[in-house]
Order: sequence, then structure tokens, then C-alpha cells
Amino acid sequence: MGMEILVSTAKFLIVMTVILVSVIILVYLERRISAFIQNRTGPNRVGPYGLFQAIADVVKLLLKEDIVPKNAYKPVHDLAPIISIGAALSTFAVIPVGNTIELFGTTMKLMIADVNIGILYILSVTSIGVYGITLAGWSSNNKYSLLGGLRSSAQLISYELSMGLSIIGVLMISGTLRLDQIVQHQTMYIGGWLPNWNIFLQPVAFITFVVAAFAETNRLPFDLPEAEPELVGGYHTEYTGLKFGLFFLAEYANMITAAAVITTLFLGGWHLPYAENLGLSAFTLSLLQVLAFCAKVTVILLFFIVTRWTLPRFRYDQLMDIGWKVMLPLAIANVLVTGLILVL
Amino acid sequence: MLEGYIPIFVMLAGGAAFGIVMVKLNELFGPKHPTEEKYTTYESGMEPVKSARERFSIKFYMVAVLFILFDIEVVFLYPWAVTFKGLGVNGFITMAVFIFILLVGYYYVWRKGALEWD
Repeated sequence: MGMEILVSTAKFLIVMTVILVSVIILVYLERRISAFIQNRTGPNRVGPYGLFQAIADVVKLLLKEDIVPKNAYKPVHDLAPIISIGAALSTFAVIPVGNTIELFGTTMKLMIADVNIGILYILSVTSIGVYGITLAGWSSNNKYSLLGGLRSSAQLISYELSMGLSIIGVLMISGTLRLDQIVQHQTMYIGGWLPNWNIFLQPVAFITFVVAAFAETNRLPFDLPEAEPELVGGYHTEYTGLKFGLFFLAEYANMITAAAVITTLFLGGWHLPYAENLGLSAFTLSLLQVLAFCAKVTVILLFFIVTRWTLPRFRYDQLMDIGWKVMLPLAIANVLVTGLILVL
Repeated sequence: MLEGYIPIFVMLAGGAAFGIVMVKLNELFGPKHPTEEKYTTYESGMEPVKSARERFSIKFYMVAVLFILFDIEVVFLYPWAVTFKGLGVNGFITMAVFIFILLVGYYYVWRKGALEWD
């Protein structure tokens, strides 16, 4: 029991460090790529090529005054960013970043929590993140914040439906809620050469899931909650300093988790096609698979960034129309068609 | 059986602790220069008009109610999907009927205009 807690704490610290460093790199990449797309230079003063810009920003936020408006409800105003970041950081617990690995004479799985309800855990913790945003909007006692928080929660719950429904197709194929077994199922080959990745078996589910993931992470073209021209900053209008920084951090951590979930469910997770036939030692193979996982996540994150800077924003009614009138029927149809094919 | 969940509790506690530490650090290092104007609600530089504790559009309430309805259906689908291969044709037809009933409700909601935003 005590040992268990110690090991999990160590794993948690490692994962948290990796996520935080990835967020810093991601913010840097986002700013550089957006600058490149918009024919600007982007951050280039702090450190070589502006690499330390994100770290400088964190220090700046840390030294800012923490302003809580006198009309705001302080306990909830403080609690909201903590809920957001807590949910964002702990979602990663059930994602397998690699196959089993031999370390110090013991074989262990490269995931933090090996529970039999992996996907349900991800869905439920993601939904807790909605509370952070809603409470932030409500507790600020500001009209912009309230509207931003309301819009955001309506958007998140709408797209959660199609997200949950598009996972069902994957579950029907693999017959388990365990993420490591879902990945294991994808390591086979169709016809001896095509990797058995769910993107090939469930293309419609893949598309609906990716669109829902964009909406769930508040990324453009779905970033209505903080539409600057109408709502100033949306739900975090009244936040300053690191409390604002925590929302920012949660957004990017959510992006990384979303990319990791997409990779796990649809792109074969840590599976590196044909690598198991190369005759490498078990340890090298495990390392290669972890690298493959990271590479896939990076590609999806780059896709997220490039999409943000190339597409315009939806109107709110269009956003809700897509969620309820296009994605939902599409996801239900996908479940029925998958069932029909599997039965036949 | 609960032992597998220890890492999850550690993870949740760690995530929350990280947030609390960050908020506290900010309170510790940030300056404190309170002025009357700084602590008023931001409203594009104007004097705030009334409070934000006002009534808001019923649409958001509708979305929340519909979400609960459909989300419960999704929850029902999960155990079915996991055991799908063992249930065979019978299981598929049963769930197809369930989804059909739900689609009738979906059609009704659509025709009633609950999904319209204007």
C-alpha cells in the first residue's frame, strides 16, 4: 500500500514534468508557427530563437497582482482554476505511452493506472473540467464572463455526446474499456500488411472524434467561449496572474491529452508498424514504441496548431447546429452501421 | 480490487495540489496595491450596469436537459458495446430498437425547434 503510493507519486511527478515541459514547447511552437503563417517573426528575443519565451511568461505571471473583483465570490473564484488544472493534469493517468518495459529486473506497464474502466475515467474527468469553466464564469460576477462560461459549458456538453458516441464504435470492435488492450488489439495486421489501426476500421468515428476533440479543447474553429470581439476574454476575463496562467496551462494540457487519446484510440497508440519483425531486443523495441507514441502525438498537435491559424471561427448557432444536427446523427449512424457489419 | 485505483487518487490529489500551490505562490509573490477602480467589475471601461446575476437565455437550459437525456443513452450503450460480440444478433436487434425509440425523441426535439439558435 505505502509502496504503491510512493511509486504512483513518482510516476505522477514524471508525467507532470513531461506535460509541463511539453506545454512550454507547445506554446513556443504555436507562437512561432502562427508567426510564420501570418508572415511575422514571432518571439525571438528571450534565449536562442526565443526558446525561453514561455518560461519568461510564467515568471511574469507569477509576479503579477492577483486581482479578485469585489463583486466576485472569492472561494469559487479561487477554486475554478484549480479544478481546471487538476482535471487537465490527471486525465493522463490511464493512457498507455508504451508496451511493457523491463526496468530494474521487473516488468511493468508504461501507464500510471492500470484500471479496467480507462475510457470511462477519461470521459468523466474531462467532464469535471467543464465545472472549472462554468464556475469561473459565474463566480466572476461579470457579464462577459458569465456569457463566456455559459457558452462554453453548452458547447462542451454538446460535443461530449458525439465524443462518447464515436468511442462506442471502437469499443464494439475491441470489446474492452482498457486502453492498453485497445492498443494491443490494434497491433495486428489486416491482410498481412495494413496495420489494424482503428482509423482504418472506424474512419467516421475518427472524424467525429477529432472534431469533438477540437470543440472540447476550445480550439479554433470552436473557440467561441473567448471570442475576443464580443466577449473580451470570455470566462477568464476577471482573472490575472497565475490563476489566468492555470487556465492557459489547462487548455494546452487538455490539448496534449486529447492528442494522446486520439493516438491511443485510433492511431494504434504505441504501435510502430513492422518494428516487431526487425529482431530488436525487447528494451530497444519498447523505447522505439514510446518514441512512436510521442511522434504520433506531435503530428496531431501540429495539426491542431495549423488548423487554428488557417480557419475562421464559427458563429455560435453554426457551432450548435454542427454539434446537434450533424455530429450526433453521424455518430449514432456509425454505431448502427458498425453493429450491422459486425453481426453480419 | 480498489488497489488499482490508488494511482488515480494520487493523480487527482497531485493535480489539485499543483493548482493550489500555484495559486498560493502567486498570492505570495504578487504585489498588493489595492485601489477602488482596480477592484470594480470590468465592463469595457464603463461603469458596470446592474449585476451579472441576471436571467439568461432559456436555450442554455434546454441544451443541458437534452444533454442529460442523450448522455444517459450513451451510458447505456457502453456496457452493450463492450459485450457486443457475445450478444450476437439478438443483442444488436434489442439495441437497434432502443436507439430507434431514442431517434423518435430526437426527431420530436428537432421538429419542436429545441435545437434552433437564432
